[in-house]
Amino acid sequence: MTTVSARSGGQGSPAETSAIRTEGLRKTYKSSRGDVQAVRGIDLDVPQGEFFGLLGPNGAGKSTTIGMLTTLVAPTGGRAWVAGHDVVKDPVAVKRRIGVVTQNNTLDMQLTVQENLEFRSRFFGLSLGAASKRAAQLIDAFGLSDRRKAMADQLSGGQARRLMIARALVHQPDVLFMDEPTAGLDPQTRVNLWDILKVLHEQGQTILLTTHYMEEAEALCDKIAVVDHGLILAEGSVDKLLADSGAQTVVTVRFEEPVPDGLAELTGLTERPGVTKVEADGDQLRVFGSDPEGLLGDLVGIGTANGLHIRDAAEAKPSLETAFLALTGREYRE
Amino acid sequence: MATTTQPASIGATAGGDAPVAASIAALITDAPVPHPTLWKTFAAMMAREFRVLGRNAPSTFIRAVMQPLLFAFVFAYVLPKIGSGFGGGGTGVTFATILVPGLMGSMFLMQGMFGTTMPLVMEFSWQRTIEDRALAPVPIRVLAIQKITAGAIQAVIGAAIVFPVVYWVHAPGQGPHVHVTNWFLLIVVMVFAATLTASLGLWLGTVVDPRKMQMVFAVILLPLTMLGCVYYPWSALHVIRWLQIVVLINPMVYMTEGLRAALTPNLGHMPLWAILTALIGGTAVFGSLAVRTFRNRVVN
Repeated sequence: MTTVSARSGGQGSPAETSAIRTEGLRKTYKSSRGDVQAVRGIDLDVPQGEFFGLLGPNGAGKSTTIGMLTTLVAPTGGRAWVAGHDVVKDPVAVKRRIGVVTQNNTLDMQLTVQENLEFRSRFFGLSLGAASKRAAQLIDAFGLSDRRKAMADQLSGGQARRLMIARALVHQPDVLFMDEPTAGLDPQTRVNLWDILKVLHEQGQTILLTTHYMEEAEALCDKIAVVDHGLILAEGSVDKLLADSGAQTVVTVRFEEPVPDGLAELTGLTERPGVTKVEADGDQLRVFGSDPEGLLGDLVGIGTANGLHIRDAAEAKPSLETAFLALTGREYRE
Repeated sequence: MATTTQPASIGATAGGDAPVAASIAALITDAPVPHPTLWKTFAAMMAREFRVLGRNAPSTFIRAVMQPLLFAFVFAYVLPKIGSGFGGGGTGVTFATILVPGLMGSMFLMQGMFGTTMPLVMEFSWQRTIEDRALAPVPIRVLAIQKITAGAIQAVIGAAIVFPVVYWVHAPGQGPHVHVTNWFLLIVVMVFAATLTASLGLWLGTVVDPRKMQMVFAVILLPLTMLGCVYYPWSALHVIRWLQIVVLINPMVYMTEGLRAALTPNLGHMPLWAILTALIGGTAVFGSLAVRTFRNRVVN
């Protein structure tokens, strides 16, 4: 792979223009019960300043990917560069340039809020004075002033998450990694965090975020890669993903009985204007279309005419969720 | 189903709890430029270690002082008082004299191993707070060496506590007779005994399942101490020849014998070459082993 060796070079190599770049990145966990392929060859190219989202259900391989990019998981194949540095060959250079908010609470529970920030600043080479100044600035900006002297294990979930983000920003990282930053938070706190992330992004901060919340990816990210089973299924802006997947409304009707074979063709459903695809799946009939006016009613009519009893029916407007369904043929599982 | 929630603008959410956009933005525009070096990061990690130790000072102190205090009280005060004949075997040597190096060795093990292993169990538990320090801009092995250093310093402090305790707590005329002729030897033995125990602690803390840690301590710590020549010099074991040979696998033996060579050189001890080979070689072997197992545990 000549392109790889060309990119892996030193100063001025193409990889340096990207904040994050991976080529065929893989991770297979060996275990006695058989190998687990957590990541099966991921290619990413995230330019500086982009807010990039890895969207996928739990267990899709997002955390493992972030682990490899942040040097805490060793890849078993492929290569990756962050801020122009190879994550395997030069992990220290990578760690100097990244801030990481892990999914689990990794705050130093033996220290206070202020000390968490001060010592992290000192780990990154700030002097005592500069560290305490930076800590004060972060505490103020993240609204933690009244918790300054609290031990880290006394914080609420939202406060702990804010402190983790503050801690990740101590040394002005080139790339901010956030693994499920709003998982387990109440909706209000989640929206607060979104606001913070938006401001950071407006200031030019490159951010890679993983999430299993569709609306989070839609609300925040410039570009999204949909990940499942360790592979990227689709990649692009929200608009592009919607367009690529047909940007369709999906009408789903569930019957009490299995849907007979060929029902859609027999009833002329596939020929109906605005309908692009019909899927029969057990007791479900899914219709993808761009013009669903009256479609739901027609489906009910078709079902009744063919002796089927309707259990429930739903209509999903074009969204990442319908895009995911179109890409994978599966319901999105959070 | 996906909703299209529009997040409220800043300032409109959660009242005073909402951070101000300008101050968040300033975090990026008005940030110090860090210049981390290996040494600065290492020093900051050690400073963090001592901040935590200082915060836990009362409990750390009680843990460190209880063992030598009780041992000295029973062996150097109670037993001589009740005339058990427990002592140097009619050689005119007080039992306290034999006990000082033994107790120090035992403190090295307790403090060095406990001080290194126990925090690790927490850091490697399901929240993996170890990732906080693993993301510091130094190689993982530096973090491992820092942990060994911190454990070794705790071990030295723990062992040093033995001196004042045994000096003050004993029956009349039963005080220890410690006589250091070779300070260099004492320092070498202390440094390597401390580093060896901390390395053992780091190794155990990274290879043992945290849930089995209690069991491991019972199975390892107790025999190491009881059969570590704490209460008797190694040479005295010649009457039980097989035991004298078996205990040679116990690293503790070389610590206590090394301390005997440095503190009570007149009383007889294992050959110096054997002590130093075991202490320095053991530190090298377990130190490098621990650094490797630690790295494998941190980086999946």
